[in-house]
Amino acid sequence: MALVRYTKDHEYIRVEDGIGTVGITHHAQEQLGDVVYVELPEVGKAVKQGEPAAVVESVKAASEVYAPVSGEVIEANTGLAANTALVNEDAEGAAWFMKIRIANPAELDGLMDADAYKSFIGG
Amino acid sequence: MVSFAGYDMPVSYPGGILKEHLHTREQAGIFDVSHMGQAVLSGRDHETVAAALETLVAADILALKPGAQRYTQLLNDQGGIIDDLMVARPAAGPDGRLHLVVNAARKTVDFLHIEAMIGHRVRLDPLPEQALIAVQGPKAVEVMARHAPAAAELGFMGAAEVTVHGIPCLISRSGYTGEDGFEISLAACHAEDLFRLLVTEPEVIPIGLGARDTLRLEAGLCLYGQDIDETTSPVEAGLEWSIGKRRRGEGGFPGAARIRRELAEGPTRRRIGLKLEGRAAARAGSAVMTPQGEEIGRITSGAFSPSLGQAIAMGYVPTDYAAPGQQLRVEIRGSAVEAWVTQLPFVAHRYVRHKS
Repeated sequence: MALVRYTKDHEYIRVEDGIGTVGITHHAQEQLGDVVYVELPEVGKAVKQGEPAAVVESVKAASEVYAPVSGEVIEANTGLAANTALVNEDAEGAAWFMKIRIANPAELDGLMDADAYKSFIGG
Repeated sequence: MVSFAGYDMPVSYPGGILKEHLHTREQAGIFDVSHMGQAVLSGRDHETVAAALETLVAADILALKPGAQRYTQLLNDQGGIIDDLMVARPAAGPDGRLHLVVNAARKTVDFLHIEAMIGHRVRLDPLPEQALIAVQGPKAVEVMARHAPAAAELGFMGAAEVTVHGIPCLISRSGYTGEDGFEISLAACHAEDLFRLLVTEPEVIPIGLGARDTLRLEAGLCLYGQDIDETTSPVEAGLEWSIGKRRRGEGGFPGAARIRRELAEGPTRRRIGLKLEGRAAARAGSAVMTPQGEEIGRITSGAFSPSLGQAIAMGYVPTDYAAPGQQLRVEIRGSAVEAWVTQLPFVAHRYVRHKS
């Protein structure tokens, strides 16, 4: 069963077999408005927890997407660039940004679970 | 909701900025722009009021006919812009009255300035209880024809007092989107009723600040504080068309020396439009560079253009680099993005001009 965790910067990470699928949360896309541009990391790039790994830009503003955990980018959702509206339609499903091979699973412990994130955003 | 010039305003309604923007270009959008400053400048007769205002602006106000409106700028002694505004001469009623609409963020500055400079010659009455509602888009005239047929008869930049369902309004056929449209000035106590009436029309949806900005940027229109400010002259800003022909020769407005020199010799820098490679926007303050990487200017407004599907921007560069087609670069998040100078507006204006 996949484990899902959330960051204070409104990223989610869905973990299965040591691989984390990362995107921005539904709440984040709501706040951003219509997404018009995404910038994804290159496959093979090493990312560090809390550092910018991607960019999402709406009509209103550009926003960094931070790596929820450290690791190596093994896949980027290249189809997203041509269909940025998907981020607004299905942020936590089809509009994932990247998959990371997780270097240190202990980093997940510091992240919020679904209930904690829901409280965090005032739900 | 965000705080804009001290007013609580929506960035968008639930549909979102893209939908609101495209709808306005295809049908009609309604905007509550009551945050803007309105005032009446009055005196003995039109000549008196016009002559007084002409000491502050470079437009030909004297020639402004009843039922007409003009765009101009309040100038400082260096020829820079204090604010841009609309000046309307009501079609009927007592002579010697001009209706002014200024930017929300500048209204205090503007009214103090006007009062200080010409308050002894004419009377300035700010209208803090006056609301302003804009209806913009190709279907706006159909909507207006149903509720204010006299307004539908106006040509671009015409203005008339029209009673709409018993509500006295001053309506001008103008706006901030590049589309045909109307701006309705009315007492705040009636504004909600009129807004509700118009927003329920089938062609109309409400529009927030986000789409207001993308619409006006596509139309190549300036936003005070970004594209024009106290350091930019109307000539640098590409607004020389608003300077009256008679005024160019006569002067008599602040900064006339600089402005007349720039009209004769050309300004050292110009406001340009830029189309960017890709969809990522260059926001205000981004550096503009030559293809060789030399920094030559700054972006003053930038956004993703919903109508064009790419990023667009305005900024100032030295006149030598201002020709349409000139290849340049813009810095976005540390990378250089290709851009090229484009004629303004990005999206053609569709004003409905009547032959006079």
